[in-house]
Amino acid sequence: MSAFDSVTAARANDRPTAVDYITKIFGDSFIEFHGDRRYADDKAVIGGIAELCGKAVTVIGLEKGRNLKERMDRNFGSAHPEGYRKALRLMKQAEKFRRPVICFVDTSGAYCGIGAEERGQGQAIAENLMEMMTLETPILSIFIGEGGSGGALALAVADEVWMLENAIYSVISPEGCASILWKDSSKTAEASECLKLTSQDLFKLGVIERIIREPKNLDSNMFESLKNLISQTFDKLGAADTAILLEKRYNRFRKY
Amino acid sequence: MNTTDIFNFLKPKNELENQGVEMENHPYIPDELWVKCPICKNPVLSADLNENKKVCPKCGYHFRIAARQRISMTVDEGSFEEFDADMTSVNVIDFPDYTRKLKNAKINSGENESVITGLAKIGGYQVVLGVMNSQFMMGSMGRVTGEKITRAFEYATVHSLPVVIFTVSGGARMQEGILSLMQMAKTSGAVKRHSNAGLLYITVLTDPTTGGVTASFAMEGDIILSEPKALIAFAGPRVIEQTIRQKLPKDFQSAEFLLEKGFIDAVVPRSEMRDTLTKILRLHSGEIIQEEDESDERI
Repeated sequence: MSAFDSVTAARANDRPTAVDYITKIFGDSFIEFHGDRRYADDKAVIGGIAELCGKAVTVIGLEKGRNLKERMDRNFGSAHPEGYRKALRLMKQAEKFRRPVICFVDTSGAYCGIGAEERGQGQAIAENLMEMMTLETPILSIFIGEGGSGGALALAVADEVWMLENAIYSVISPEGCASILWKDSSKTAEASECLKLTSQDLFKLGVIERIIREPKNLDSNMFESLKNLISQTFDKLGAADTAILLEKRYNRFRKY
Repeated sequence: MNTTDIFNFLKPKNELENQGVEMENHPYIPDELWVKCPICKNPVLSADLNENKKVCPKCGYHFRIAARQRISMTVDEGSFEEFDADMTSVNVIDFPDYTRKLKNAKINSGENESVITGLAKIGGYQVVLGVMNSQFMMGSMGRVTGEKITRAFEYATVHSLPVVIFTVSGGARMQEGILSLMQMAKTSGAVKRHSNAGLLYITVLTDPTTGGVTASFAMEGDIILSEPKALIAFAGPRVIEQTIRQKLPKDFQSAEFLLEKGFIDAVVPRSEMRDTLTKILRLHSGEIIQEEDESDERI
């Protein structure tokens, strides 16, 4: 499979979105919470609390929507600053009540628009990076589809970062890269190779800890085993002293 | 010399336009006798411009300046001691043409990377200083940029010093792929530790500060200053215009616009920057705390 095949698979319309993961992993236990308490509720970010194998967790996802109406409603998973602030609010809440945080990442990038700039898109992302680095509870981020640059990283300053086999994570879209490199945004296949954005590439570069194999149709077995993996990982991360957890998180990013 | 030579008006350097990072149409200052101000269009004597800290004497436009010039107009004379001067980037993900671009950037800028860091004194106050350089791949942030900034913060944390960073950047450096993105998290972690140690961090945003630098250490200062009219953005104006398919208002994303929206503390002209930094540093210095302590004793 080429890098561009992964790009295509990561963006496929029938690919499960954050809502699917939340439903299949947490079932009815998930309660959704809304709003950043500052400006608005950004529907590109879904968040709340749920039960995972008998323990409470905070769940946050970048949600693209599963049909055209939902996609419009959720701005195709491209969050505004209020989306990142909502995510941070829920993370701070998780810290207070000592529950781990799981983030599902799926976005082509933070939204580029007038309102997003006016309300401080850069500042909102920057604040998440800073605050997540010292959040006193375990954080796990799973890239389930697209991981578009700073807009993805704002939910991925985590103790571990995993990727679905065909998810992608990149500093710039292949189209953007191609138009800068060759003044031709159609050369996405070549650009995809250059950017080293596949799960295999990123594993080799030490940017992620785990690749989740994708069975055909991403069936329920995958979600069941993912659920167990998440639970075990939180048990492992939660057993460490907080100071050690934070030291490891700092060093995880310090090494790049 | 004939008149056409004298009025050899500014052209952006072609080498710089080709570096894979967004270039705005603001010119660099060449060594010609006269330069034309890109804003008011008046010809200005180069000597006058230099005398005026590269600010147009007619309209106040702040020309972009190289990092070394910035350092010399900001710090106490002879006080700058550079950190990690020899650290240079390598083509770690084997990106097409990056090796050549790095080489050109070094030749064009005379520097090894897009940021210079070190110890300095400003108005007598010891600081750790970082100054980014738009002449090196448009100030884009690669691993070495991130590493130098991180080390600067770590040094400042260990030695209990304030940090002052002048930003100018086109954002993350695409040619280093995901590892350039990781620099946003790495630098933010170092800023956060410095902050948790109760230490002062001042950012000075200069034209242009965009992308991954805006979305990390540029916006993380305790106090955020900006030069007048600087473009400060997450997504640059062209990207937004392509996304929303409409023209942006004239001063959108200017320093003044951000001031109005509440994202920066003050717009400070270049002529007042050193004094402003000195005032802020003094109010966070030991002198001030001692004065408070003494007054407590008197009560």
